[in-house]
Amino acid sequence: MIRYERTKGLTDLHTHYCPGCTHGILHKLVAEVLEELGVLGKTVGVASVGCSVFSYDYINTDFQQVAHGRACAVATGIKRVLPDRIVFTYQGDGDLASIGIAETIHAANRGENITVIMANNATYGMTGGQMAPTTLIGQKTTTSQEGRNIKQHGRPMKISEIFSQIEGAAYVERTSMHNIAHINKTKKAIKKAFTYQMENKGFTLIEVVSTCPVNWGMKPREALDWSKEHMLPIFPLGVYKDVMKS
Amino acid sequence: MLSFAQIQLLRWRCLSVSKILMKGNEAIARAAVAAGCDAFFGYPITPQNEIPEYLSKLMKEHGRIFVQAESEVAAINMVYGAAGSGARVMTSSSSCGIALKQEGISYIAGSELPCVIVSVMRAGPGLGGIQPSQADYFQATRGGGNGDYYVVVLAPESIQETVDLMKQAFEIADLYRNPVMVLADGLIGQMMEAVDLDKPVKKRHIEPKTYAAIGTDYHEGRNIINSLGLDPVYLEQHNLALERKYKEIIKHEVQYEMYNMDHAEYIIVAYGTVARISRSAIDELKEQNIHVGMIRPITLWPYPKKAFDLIPKSVKGLLVVEMSLGQMLDDVQIANKGRFKIAFYGRAGGMVPEPEEIVDAILHFDEKVVD
Repeated sequence: MIRYERTKGLTDLHTHYCPGCTHGILHKLVAEVLEELGVLGKTVGVASVGCSVFSYDYINTDFQQVAHGRACAVATGIKRVLPDRIVFTYQGDGDLASIGIAETIHAANRGENITVIMANNATYGMTGGQMAPTTLIGQKTTTSQEGRNIKQHGRPMKISEIFSQIEGAAYVERTSMHNIAHINKTKKAIKKAFTYQMENKGFTLIEVVSTCPVNWGMKPREALDWSKEHMLPIFPLGVYKDVMKS
Repeated sequence: MLSFAQIQLLRWRCLSVSKILMKGNEAIARAAVAAGCDAFFGYPITPQNEIPEYLSKLMKEHGRIFVQAESEVAAINMVYGAAGSGARVMTSSSSCGIALKQEGISYIAGSELPCVIVSVMRAGPGLGGIQPSQADYFQATRGGGNGDYYVVVLAPESIQETVDLMKQAFEIADLYRNPVMVLADGLIGQMMEAVDLDKPVKKRHIEPKTYAAIGTDYHEGRNIINSLGLDPVYLEQHNLALERKYKEIIKHEVQYEMYNMDHAEYIIVAYGTVARISRSAIDELKEQNIHVGMIRPITLWPYPKKAFDLIPKSVKGLLVVEMSLGQMLDDVQIANKGRFKIAFYGRAGGMVPEPEEIVDAILHFDEKVVD
């Protein structure tokens, strides 16, 4: 009896992600969900700029790689042309919450029937750990070396809370990757988002609290604990919008 | 004063003779529909607003896609997404809006996707003004996006030619998988002329869009639309492949008109609206027994350098006239290869030259000669 089989939703390539990075697992969750829903061959992914730019190498669907922040605009173009396909973006917090906030909010507001997977690790990973819009107060980064302060940089942006206010959003949930139980919850949330898209319910966004051990200067385990202890109080988990329950 | 209904009736009657009186921007919108444009994504900016206004209605009527984006940046990225999905797609904008699209245009060129971009030029720099201008010649032909890439640029001088070039633009874009820009100015966009929308244009043999990322169930393997190449060995090969394509475009797609060249003492070089005005200047000069010809580039990239090789030795000089302070002038100097004296006359800021000004520039040619 086969107890475990690697998902067909992932390619055979080794990822370029750093040890302990949660992108690899998050990719796998997306891939498994697409396979379980039977839509791998009907899906077009949108790879954003950031660490996950190479997600097109790892997730086994057609893909468009796009400019920094523009994923939801490109996804809009794809979905309008191919309304019967599944379209998702995979973005980081810098890409979505900073340079791409306008494209994301307006895609949500139009109720574009797409799914957004946002990995929030409170930093710009690929460029070497600069301050992100989601960086915590007091958190040291290469561009906030004494720690982020409110006066100079403002407060961390709470994407799920913001998008819960957008009428076109059908489903918004924040989950975490800090332990297996929450990884499983994340998968469930992703599956719900894609299911809603298949049912034409509108814009879905899953914000996944993630880690960046290398840029945080921590061991992988420490990073997971840090995300639980420090990020979750600022970024509370839960369903922020569910069009089926409101 | 005719009522709206009477104007509509007149237009309907014009249909029977196959020509319809319409504004340049409306003609652009209708030509796009006639050319089989599947999707339009745009953002309001004067002086091109009638294009999205007409298309918002027309595209719906034809069961096609129209989205008013939240910005020019978003619009061009929607174009990228739609083009990568295999659609015939366009956007339109003007000067400062085109500036915002340059990043997206670079991505589209880098990923080898077809699309049509209409630029109805206004005056700059900065917010500038909304009157006609040709100050975005550099923006169109040199681009503001990053990397080694070119956009095919088509410059019409009449509404009929705008319609014809719009149709050609979609064909050229699909044939070479490259962005094509139709470069008009506020005057072309806003003036009205009788046009034949059904005038056929050269159809190209376009291969099925097997590159489109539409889901792996619908084609062999995986399709990835991408311009990323961190490996310089790979990326250089990609750049060289693009260069080969650009050379093919230069070889096959140059368009220009040579006007009134017999016995010409001087040659005016002008495109778009200014070429149109130059025709009147040439007629006036003829009455003074001064024979002036014109080279009118229709493609601004690729630039019709070969037209300049055809200029007879007897010509005294070339007068470049632009609604800018000298942008196409650079290309004329390159194409001239030092053969003839070059003079320049330009108006800027939205000022449109009168034929008399161009006549005067020819009469005082030596004073206008540039280094």
